[in-house]
Amino acid sequence: MSLEDPEKEQQGALEGRSREDELADLLGERALSRDDHKNAPAFVIRPDEVQDVLFDLRDQAGYDFLSCVTAQEYEDRYESIYHLKRYDNPMDEVSVVVPTSKQNPVSQTAEPVYKTADWHEREAYDLVGIDYEGHPDLRRILLPETWQGHPLSLDYDQDRPQIVTLREHANPLEEDQRASGTGANAHSNTVESGAVDDAADSDTMYLNIGPHHPATHGVLHLKTILDGEQVVDVEPDIGYLHRCEEQMAQQGTYRYQIIPYSDRWDYTANMPNEWAVARAIEDLADLEVPEYAQVLRTMATEFGRMLGHFLAVGTFALDVYGDFTAIFMYAIRDREKVQNILEDLTGQRMMFYYFRLGGVVWDLPEPREEWFEKVRDFLDELPSALEEYHDLISQNEILQLRTVGKGMLPKETAKQYGATGPVARASGIDMDLRRDDPYGYYDELDWDVAVEDGCDNYSRLLVRLREVEESAKIIRQCIDLLEDWPEEERTIQSNVPRTIRPDDDTETYKAVEAAKGEMGVYIRSDGTDTPARFKIRAGCFNNLHTLAPMSNGEYIPDLVAALGSLDIVLGSVDR
Amino acid sequence: MSSDKDTFVADTTRVQTETRDSRITGQDNRFNSKLREAFGSSPFILTKFDKFMNWVRGSSMFMLQFGIACCSIEMMHTYAVKHDLDRFGAGVPRASPRQADVIIVPGTIVSKFAPRMKRVYDQMPEPKFVVGMGSCTISGGPFQEGYNVIKGAEEVIPVDIHIPGCPPRPEALVYGIAKLQERIANGESSPVVVKPYELEQFGDLPRDEVVDKLSEEINEDDLVMRYNWADSP
Ligand code: SF4
Repeated sequence: MSLEDPEKEQQGALEGRSREDELADLLGERALSRDDHKNAPAFVIRPDEVQDVLFDLRDQAGYDFLSCVTAQEYEDRYESIYHLKRYDNPMDEVSVVVPTSKQNPVSQTAEPVYKTADWHEREAYDLVGIDYEGHPDLRRILLPETWQGHPLSLDYDQDRPQIVTLREHANPLEEDQRASGTGANAHSNTVESGAVDDAADSDTMYLNIGPHHPATHGVLHLKTILDGEQVVDVEPDIGYLHRCEEQMAQQGTYRYQIIPYSDRWDYTANMPNEWAVARAIEDLADLEVPEYAQVLRTMATEFGRMLGHFLAVGTFALDVYGDFTAIFMYAIRDREKVQNILEDLTGQRMMFYYFRLGGVVWDLPEPREEWFEKVRDFLDELPSALEEYHDLISQNEILQLRTVGKGMLPKETAKQYGATGPVARASGIDMDLRRDDPYGYYDELDWDVAVEDGCDNYSRLLVRLREVEESAKIIRQCIDLLEDWPEEERTIQSNVPRTIRPDDDTETYKAVEAAKGEMGVYIRSDGTDTPARFKIRAGCFNNLHTLAPMSNGEYIPDLVAALGSLDIVLGSVDR
Repeated sequence: MSSDKDTFVADTTRVQTETRDSRITGQDNRFNSKLREAFGSSPFILTKFDKFMNWVRGSSMFMLQFGIACCSIEMMHTYAVKHDLDRFGAGVPRASPRQADVIIVPGTIVSKFAPRMKRVYDQMPEPKFVVGMGSCTISGGPFQEGYNVIKGAEEVIPVDIHIPGCPPRPEALVYGIAKLQERIANGESSPVVVKPYELEQFGDLPRDEVVDKLSEEINEDDLVMRYNWADSP
């Protein structure tokens, strides 16, 4: 954005244009028209050619990453947008727009092309009401199954009463809950085909984990089918924390009312979410961010990432070792330190709301020297703290026995499921938006992307611990920069109008690297000061989807460890 | 054996006398607790059994380990180092509702979760107490206008203490717990009354358009919760 040097931008645009023509050639007749999205070229295609087009884009143009599916309703049509990227170059994006008619909103499913479309399309069906033809299991995903209406469609009546059931979940001890019996057939349509066959002729058992269970990190429900002690199939049942974040954002004004909600999406590492919103709106409304503010943002975000990773490591140890152990307490201790620093900076312990459009809200707290000293003290102590973690966790024989080689997520599977963040990087996918789609001040600083290729629970832990180190590196450089910044050039916000009204029908999709993975925001404006459609792409949602391939064939305790290693936050999964 | 015994023979009378003397003369304060001083020389305390039980309840509370949303992160911080809720006799999170007598509701309650929460609450043994943590449990908080959000925990279960904040600081939670202990010691608790949203059998619902529509999907005796959004605050 503002910081990228103009030459590069120019070049990017040029490349983009030729790339766009290449793609147009590839799609040929199938591209009915082009749409102008701010972030990427967009092609409009027919609803019955979705798979055809996506297969070509995946296999011939290399778009192996379906980042997000946005569904929305216009006055005259429904629309699904597939935001595609490449894992090896996330800046090379393309959007595929699939309009369908109002009377008959049916569109072909993309599930055979990208596995991750499974959940995205279920969400689109649930909230907007588009029907995906050929989808293996098109049910509601976030709202209860007995819900009436699709809340993000235009004619939804919010005052209408709703009835939600509390059905007995299958009782594992009852004979008829054996998968071969009748009772389990009710859900065996949710089981992947291979698993059903297995389940039918062996002695399987159905087990509920959650929605209130200490190992689920919140309110997640895992429908698990066991064969002996091994997991044959697991299906996460989500939506117990679906707080209508998208509706809230669509009601809020761009200027002040959206970013505070983003703090509540991924609430263990809030700061990076704020950047996701800020980046999208700034792109939409062409707002500049002063350099000094970019440094502040970068630094604050890295502190935010640390908050997330400390908790992830602490709770992972909790999942593997049992109740409130020393490691958990250490993790909380370090979180407290970071929270103290951020409280000095932002005035809040958790819901920071530090980002404003065009900058940040405060400069560093006075006296600056004192604060710098505090941060430096923390950074100086961090290596020994990390050593402690390594001694207690990663070097520990028991933990290694429990995690090495468990919960395998091969690289190709991870790509199919749209995994990002530490989960993808632990499967050997070298992608980090901070480096590959640079924003803020990251490309001026010296740091590394942590990648491991073990693909197991252990690697995911290592990636997080290494990322804490890298964050510390980034923060130290930011602190040095801030300390020497000339006093008269400390602009924390650019000039941003009080009310922002982006032009009618501008669309953009922008993502940042949050602690859990790619956090993306799609916005369509309609000329007013609130978005017409606001779609959140949360890394946790896709990462959770990988749980089934990861834990099939594992023991239950390893399923729990695998879930812990994914580090999901339900606020971000359910939104 | 006998020689062994001999070596251990002590002059018990002397020891006891020493202890007793030191207690009476006040040289050794260990034996004169504040309580004993207050009640004089009598080792008996007279109190109403109820009062005693309430004091016991308040002084040793077993919390339910129950995390919902963002507030549960601050709740974890309150349990852990630095804030250490255990100092106040309330820091043993129990994983099962059957072993807990206080439930902290830390977060937004949505339509899919409310029946579950009600069930968890019902599973706790009497007497039980509820702390609502955060604005979400008061009114739905920032998400009050959401299509899927219950407008406060009071709609579903009785709440004894409301702690405002989004999220409340750990100090606020500690203060709320202390207030709850006070209330318990005084024998107060929120009355259990019929709430706007209760679990009922589907067959008992008054027939309307939605009920008719769902009658195919839901059995007569399935438990359901009916949300009447139009009338909720
Ligand atoms: S009150 Fe605020 S912090 Fe607490 S659960 Fe609600 S939104 Fe999250």
